[in-house]
Amino acid sequence: MTEPTTAPGPNKPAPVTPVLTKRWLSPTSWSIKTYEQLEGYTALRKALGGTPEQLVELVKASGLRGRGGAGFPAGVKWSFMPPNEDKPHYLVINADEGEPGTCKDIPLMMADPHSLIEGCVIASYAMRSHHCFIYVRGEALHCIRRLNAAVREAKAAGYLGTNILGSGFDLEITVHAGAGAYICGEETALLDSLEGRRGQPRLKPPFPAAAGLYAAPTTVNNVETIASVPFIVNGGSDWFRTMGTEKSPGPKIYSISGHVTNPGQFEAPLGTTLRELLELAGGMKDGIPLKFWTPGGSSTPMFTAEHLDVPLDFEGAAGAGSMLGTTAVMVFNETVSVPWAVMKWTQFYEHESCGKCTPCREGTYWLTGILERMVAGQGTPADIETLLDICDNILGRSFCALGDGAVSPITSGIKYFRDEFLALCDQNAKTSAPALAGAHS
Amino acid sequence: MSSTGSTYGGSGVGAGDTHQATVRDTDVLRVSPVPAEHLVAEYVEDLSVFDPIVGKAQAIITRYPQSRSALLPMLHLVQSVEGRVSQAGIQFCAAQLDLTAAEVSAVATFYTMYKRKTCGEHLVSVCTNTLCAVLGGDDIYQALGEHLGSDGKKLGHNETAGEPGEPGSITLEHAECLAACDLGPVIQVNYEFFDNQTPESAVALVDALRAGEKPAPTRGAPLRDFRTAELELAGFWPEDEADYRASVDGPSAAVETLRGAKLAEDRGWTAVPYPDDVPLPEVEKK
Repeated sequence: MTEPTTAPGPNKPAPVTPVLTKRWLSPTSWSIKTYEQLEGYTALRKALGGTPEQLVELVKASGLRGRGGAGFPAGVKWSFMPPNEDKPHYLVINADEGEPGTCKDIPLMMADPHSLIEGCVIASYAMRSHHCFIYVRGEALHCIRRLNAAVREAKAAGYLGTNILGSGFDLEITVHAGAGAYICGEETALLDSLEGRRGQPRLKPPFPAAAGLYAAPTTVNNVETIASVPFIVNGGSDWFRTMGTEKSPGPKIYSISGHVTNPGQFEAPLGTTLRELLELAGGMKDGIPLKFWTPGGSSTPMFTAEHLDVPLDFEGAAGAGSMLGTTAVMVFNETVSVPWAVMKWTQFYEHESCGKCTPCREGTYWLTGILERMVAGQGTPADIETLLDICDNILGRSFCALGDGAVSPITSGIKYFRDEFLALCDQNAKTSAPALAGAHS
Repeated sequence: MSSTGSTYGGSGVGAGDTHQATVRDTDVLRVSPVPAEHLVAEYVEDLSVFDPIVGKAQAIITRYPQSRSALLPMLHLVQSVEGRVSQAGIQFCAAQLDLTAAEVSAVATFYTMYKRKTCGEHLVSVCTNTLCAVLGGDDIYQALGEHLGSDGKKLGHNETAGEPGEPGSITLEHAECLAACDLGPVIQVNYEFFDNQTPESAVALVDALRAGEKPAPTRGAPLRDFRTAELELAGFWPEDEADYRASVDGPSAAVETLRGAKLAEDRGWTAVPYPDDVPLPEVEKK
């Protein structure tokens, strides 16, 4: 059903291409000493020797796409920032990693925080920002600690603060801890939260580049996106494009978790397939066959064993009916009940719905109630249609993407495993009368 | 509820009575079951417990271009004092930031990390999102609830075994995805990671905590307590340099984290080397 996007040629990259992860094996990889010995802050010197326009052009030419899930071209996003400085400009790093299954930014910030800091300085210079905020999920305390230490070290070494490396460019970085709210991964909710408010999304437009933090021009980028920038500055856009595909270039950290022999972080060229990733991860655990998997977190519609050869890049995943998301590859074997897994994810979305818009707030409540009833063996076949109907009323009608994400497991789960949902109802049809969803005792 | 007269919907746009004008005012004081003086009283809590942190609260404000941004870290700071966000804590933040107590309260109740009941010496968070649950997270949560319960009653979500705040007391919670899926099932104690857990290892972990021990996390700084973690989340780190370095240098290099990099090293796989001397692209001057 899918064909390989590129034929293996003489320049085909290795199955694992450590770029972002290349320093991770070094002792105390998080210290500035190690970082400086391994190419650290050389890209910053080079960048400060150029103009902001040149850097925006470079990132555009590299084809770097946002690594937080949406895949928007980073250079294009940067170019939306106004050239004048009538108001202060802000760069905000989205380090609020919380999408179920996603675990790439936290290891990156622990192992190599300076790559993010260096990326922040280069990106801030390119966007004429003099204050950068790193909004880190509160539960990621060790990352916050490492980032704070990295900021201290960078400041002492002259890579941060005033007149950085004699360039005349000034930058402050503030590491900011969140307080436990998945919705703050949505960029405008993150900005509200950073302003000291409830983390609820804003209406767009205006987009952050026009009116973001404190209503000033702001760019919000993911950790992995910004950490890629120093490598692009040093290697150039053509080098970056030696990995990945034409429209989805570069390496990407694939996080493989669940029922595989060797779960972990594997940095591979974009477009790698699950079949290839499973090989890297030592295959299915105990040889129990694959049943379903997500290409990039629970908000990306699930795939099955049919999709082993789908190239996991932005186009490939979308072409097969899902999304690349965060390349959080969660692998589930035949022992796992799909309705149960879908119920667990739906409970998550219900808990994390911020309550701002009705379709998401009420919809996730009812979806959870119905799924809990089905899993308890109290459902009816009509529930499946009710679920799909509610999903239809949430998808595209919610204020932000949380609602869209919430319906993904349900619609894809029913699409591929409808029989399993029906089987739960069969059992019930013989034994008891349907209970009312939401009618709590 | 009954409302007579023209409503906004039934009248010409902007004309006619508004809804507000057509409904008689209810005398809320008269119908209230609470005596009027209690209903309208502004309670002013005793804020003296926060006297030692006024300087820290002011220091947080200086990190931001606008003071209100200091609210989230300040609520973490307040928790480092009381182990929860109390009414007094809310009033303290409001006073520091020139906000109303209602504005602070709205924020404090939105985020799960702000606790309304006093936390134990340690906060134990068990990931029960789908992937960890499949790998045993649900069993771990169940086992800890039973083990930490008393009088035949399980310890529930956000409940504390022992006297909250006293040594050895433990607050248990189930958490959403903690972003350590390759290391699942995971537990956090005071937000430090204990990876690849089982019900047995988790029970042994809480027993050690109750006995006053501080087991080392698999990833994170040497274990302290919940309030110290909250102080760090507010952005205040150990002042002693050796303590500070020890916490920063706490382990992080899990086998799973390094798996891809190690595999590449073993097989000699690398990314294509950089070409020599790549200039930044030329851009036309505008």
